[in-house]
Amino acid sequence: MDLSMRWLRDYVDLDADVKKFCSDITISGSKVECYNEEGAYLSNVVVGRVESIERHPDSDHMWITQINVGEDEPVQIVTGAQNVKQGDYVPVAKHKSTVLHEGKEVKITKGKLRGVASNGMLCSLSELGLTVHDFPYAIEDGIFILGDDCDRTIGKDIREAIGFNDTTVEFEITSNRPDCLSVIGLARETAATYNIPLKVNKPSFKGVEGNVNDYLKVAIRNTDLCKRYIGAIVKNVKIGPSPRWMRERLRASGVRPINNLVDITNFVMLEYGRPMHAFDLRYVEGGEINVRNAAEGEKITTLDGVERTLSSNMLVIADAKKPVAVAGIMGGEYSGIMDDTTTVVFESACFDGASVMTTSKRLGMRTDASARYEKGLDPHECYDALMRACQLVEELGAGEVINNWIDCNYQSEEPRTVEFSSEWINRFLGTDIPEEQMIDYLNRLEIKVENGRCISPWFRIDLGVKADIAEEVARLYDYNNIPDTIIRGVAKAQLTEKQKFERRIKQAVLAMGVNEIATFSFISPKYFDKIRLPQDSKLRNTVKIMNPLGEDTSVMRTTMLPSVCEVLSRNYNYRNPEAYVFEMGNEYLPVEGEELPVEPVRLCIGVYDTKDKDSFDFFDLKGIIEGIMSKAGVRSYEVSRPDESCTFDEAAAFHPGRTAVITCDGVQLGIFGELHPETCENYGIGARAYAAKINIPELMEKGSSERIYTPLPKFPATTRDISVMCDAELPSAELEKAIRNAVGSILEKVTLFDVYTGEQIGEGKKSVSYSISMRSHEGTLTDEQADKAMDKVVKALAALGAERR
Amino acid sequence: MKEQLKSIEERAKSELSKVSDIKLLDEIRVRFLGKKGELTGILKQMGKLSAEERPVIGQLANTVRADIESAIAEKQALIKSALAEEKLKSERIDVTLPGRTPKVGRPHPLNAVLEEVEEVFLGMGFDIVEGPEVESDYYCFEALNMPKHHPARDTQDTFYINENVLLRTQTSSVQIRTMEKMKPPIRIISPGRVYRSDAVDATHSPIFHQIEGLVIDKGVTMADLKGTLELLMKRLYGEDTQIRLRPHHFPYTEPSAEVDLMCFNCHGKGCSMCKQEGYVELLGAGMVHPKVLADCGIDPEVYSGFAFGIGLERITMGRYNINDMRLLYENDMRFLEQF
Repeated sequence: MDLSMRWLRDYVDLDADVKKFCSDITISGSKVECYNEEGAYLSNVVVGRVESIERHPDSDHMWITQINVGEDEPVQIVTGAQNVKQGDYVPVAKHKSTVLHEGKEVKITKGKLRGVASNGMLCSLSELGLTVHDFPYAIEDGIFILGDDCDRTIGKDIREAIGFNDTTVEFEITSNRPDCLSVIGLARETAATYNIPLKVNKPSFKGVEGNVNDYLKVAIRNTDLCKRYIGAIVKNVKIGPSPRWMRERLRASGVRPINNLVDITNFVMLEYGRPMHAFDLRYVEGGEINVRNAAEGEKITTLDGVERTLSSNMLVIADAKKPVAVAGIMGGEYSGIMDDTTTVVFESACFDGASVMTTSKRLGMRTDASARYEKGLDPHECYDALMRACQLVEELGAGEVINNWIDCNYQSEEPRTVEFSSEWINRFLGTDIPEEQMIDYLNRLEIKVENGRCISPWFRIDLGVKADIAEEVARLYDYNNIPDTIIRGVAKAQLTEKQKFERRIKQAVLAMGVNEIATFSFISPKYFDKIRLPQDSKLRNTVKIMNPLGEDTSVMRTTMLPSVCEVLSRNYNYRNPEAYVFEMGNEYLPVEGEELPVEPVRLCIGVYDTKDKDSFDFFDLKGIIEGIMSKAGVRSYEVSRPDESCTFDEAAAFHPGRTAVITCDGVQLGIFGELHPETCENYGIGARAYAAKINIPELMEKGSSERIYTPLPKFPATTRDISVMCDAELPSAELEKAIRNAVGSILEKVTLFDVYTGEQIGEGKKSVSYSISMRSHEGTLTDEQADKAMDKVVKALAALGAERR
Repeated sequence: MKEQLKSIEERAKSELSKVSDIKLLDEIRVRFLGKKGELTGILKQMGKLSAEERPVIGQLANTVRADIESAIAEKQALIKSALAEEKLKSERIDVTLPGRTPKVGRPHPLNAVLEEVEEVFLGMGFDIVEGPEVESDYYCFEALNMPKHHPARDTQDTFYINENVLLRTQTSSVQIRTMEKMKPPIRIISPGRVYRSDAVDATHSPIFHQIEGLVIDKGVTMADLKGTLELLMKRLYGEDTQIRLRPHHFPYTEPSAEVDLMCFNCHGKGCSMCKQEGYVELLGAGMVHPKVLADCGIDPEVYSGFAFGIGLERITMGRYNINDMRLLYENDMRFLEQF
């Protein structure tokens, strides 16, 4: 809402300057976004009178003028304009002035034009930043000759002289206060804020004799969606420009002046916050106004020239045959005022907010009118608005208003009241405001207090509960005067086990040199192809957004892997030599038969490192994973190649020979490995890249935060080494497991210290060496005990086909 | 013999004075004091001496030995320390060469700030509660006093999954879920992702984070809300922080307020950083609407409460002077490594 300060001052005697006003009214509840002074860019431009004018000796189109600007001597100015004559009053940009040129500020200084001194410039409307809408008698491509609606005092600042010195304050009006989408509404707030009188007179008009029923019939067919419709007739309409005071108030409010009748409807809408419409009676067939639902598929071409197809839940204003307006939104193409219009129907009506909102959304049309209706206006004020419009017609001499009108009225007269209790309000706010003061605040807002109840004025649609009244009191008291107190009572708060666990895992990953990232939780369905997800993968079943910003953000991710790949890709593109990243976030998995998906937490890691060849490989990643397992307190788990039982469909994104799944007690906790070269290619990553995904709830389930101290050993350990030769494909983990089982309780540690493949061993074979450390807590192990254990180891390994070398 | 002993001592000492090598020192020791050394050689001839001479010479010999030994020890210590000195000298390095930092990951700035905020609230007795991001219309709007066609819905451009399911536009949905489950007193915050259909630019993102707070108990007042926010802002921004409340409208709170932080740059005078307002908009808050309480089965005649919502991006960007929201979601390593 753009408020003209000049217009506001028609209703209140405001002392404060605009800056103070903006701050005060914001604190009392009407938020000011900013304010702008009209024509602030103009400087040193004054009213001048053309004393003489003669042709430029060396030009066939330029003129040399002598301009009286109220100084001792006239100022000589050369102009190329052809519409200036002696005696004209014109805007004069003097030496060292600022005007607009093609929308940009320019400095005017004296100079010579074809050898003749020119000490300034005569201005056109556009050089002042105005258009012919602001001064309809002026011409577009010539000097602005000031009419008799301007102050033609020679030497006067041009902004003052032509009334181009208003200040517009831009308000952010919340949806519960459509009454403040009006000058009077904001004047009322201003009066309440400063405790000064509001000077609004009840509008009235004299009118001419006649019978409105001879011209017009009005019927409301749907009284749920239209509670009131008032129609009046203006005959012998004289279309012309409206007066300057009206034009400048409209301009400052951001509305372009058009002609007197149209300007009146706009003026009333801005003043009262009540949308008005004016129909040319010639195009209202049968002189009938029917407020009814549209027929399904019925068509109307609206004022903007677009043909719209209506549906049966939309409300229209129809004549005997066809819709002439979409109710509360926009008129039909022939419904507007034209230069030859002679008789006009003024409409002041009230339409249901939700209905206007739905229709305006469905038709993709939002207008000043619909923006007001959709918030839910009360029908009572239709009347004042219509009276005001008729009054203005008379005042402007724009036509003759018939002195009676049609008022179809279904509005409720039940007063809206709310309980008033000053004790309750003070208790609720934590304040100590005297009751009289509260009542004074409420009265300033035109809320009456009678018998312990507040009576809401009709224009206030938002006062329904006690707390609403408390807010009215609090905002005039000033929120900032409410004391600061601390909530009573003790509350013990702590993180949940889940929160603690997630924080712990994140800390562990950070400590291992991986940076945290934050990515969008919606992705493109195409990303599933980029990570080579099988066509029949369950992960392709997504939660889809009906109205996404674009395809790239159209489905909720069912896997975090593409998000992480995207980040690796972006960093690679930025030529960052390395990226170590992780995110702990949600995946969104639809559940058959459930309204909402589940949102399990996942940890997803991505790495590439191009610093040098050996900077990072599979085993570095595995080390990180092992670190996570250790931090999670998962004591035993298996690492194996993904097979048919793999529950991670993302397996296809990985290198088939360099990927592993972590399993604990039959539950797959995660997958990690090198990304498939094709995945990297799809993401434009020109290096080996690695990724991991771990299911956090499962990890937490299998982990434990309990740590129990094991006594430090009292007896020395015995270490034996063993080298075996076996099939190259035999996983090391199996050998290790066999050793563990064979040694049993005295085993302290198995360490792999060498893997060798080569000619000496033979094709398809490898040599593996382990160091086995054994220790007993009962006594020093004897050689015999150790040998016995080693014998078992040899046998167990042999059973796997691993022969001692 | 006396002379011999004296000469041994003199020669030994003179040789010792010249020696600077630990090996040569040892040679000297062996030559004079060793089993086959000169001093031993003389002592072997002791038998030839008279009974009166023997103790005198014996004593002298012992003195000479002790003197030489201590001279050797002294010299040894000297040489050792010289050697050590030399070693240290040779090991000099350029301490201005760059260090080798072990890799340490950096938390994402949003999460770093979130954790800080969470700590403040935990300290004030607020539990942290989470809830679904894909949410039903009921929890996101309906139960927050925003029925279908409510004009306030318009201010939150919503992503819909279907007519009844959407991406939550605010974490206030978690309030409702909490009030349905818990009995007052309630003191929670619910941080999390929220979604609005805004195109990405320097100050907008379709995904951002909110931290919503809720307190419900008997006799909770608007003054308590003010005091809590004041305390929170001081903990987050320092003791000299000043805030300003101004009326606003949220359908689920009444009275509602927006809270502004006095501009750090100009202290309320107005500058380019605060768009001449002197204050920077920070969060929304208010007393929980009685209808919202009642719909959750909490009697508004008995209980009252307040709620507030903070934009995590806004505080994070303010904290680190980040001027473009896109940086937060781009995850450029050069950006992430700064935190």
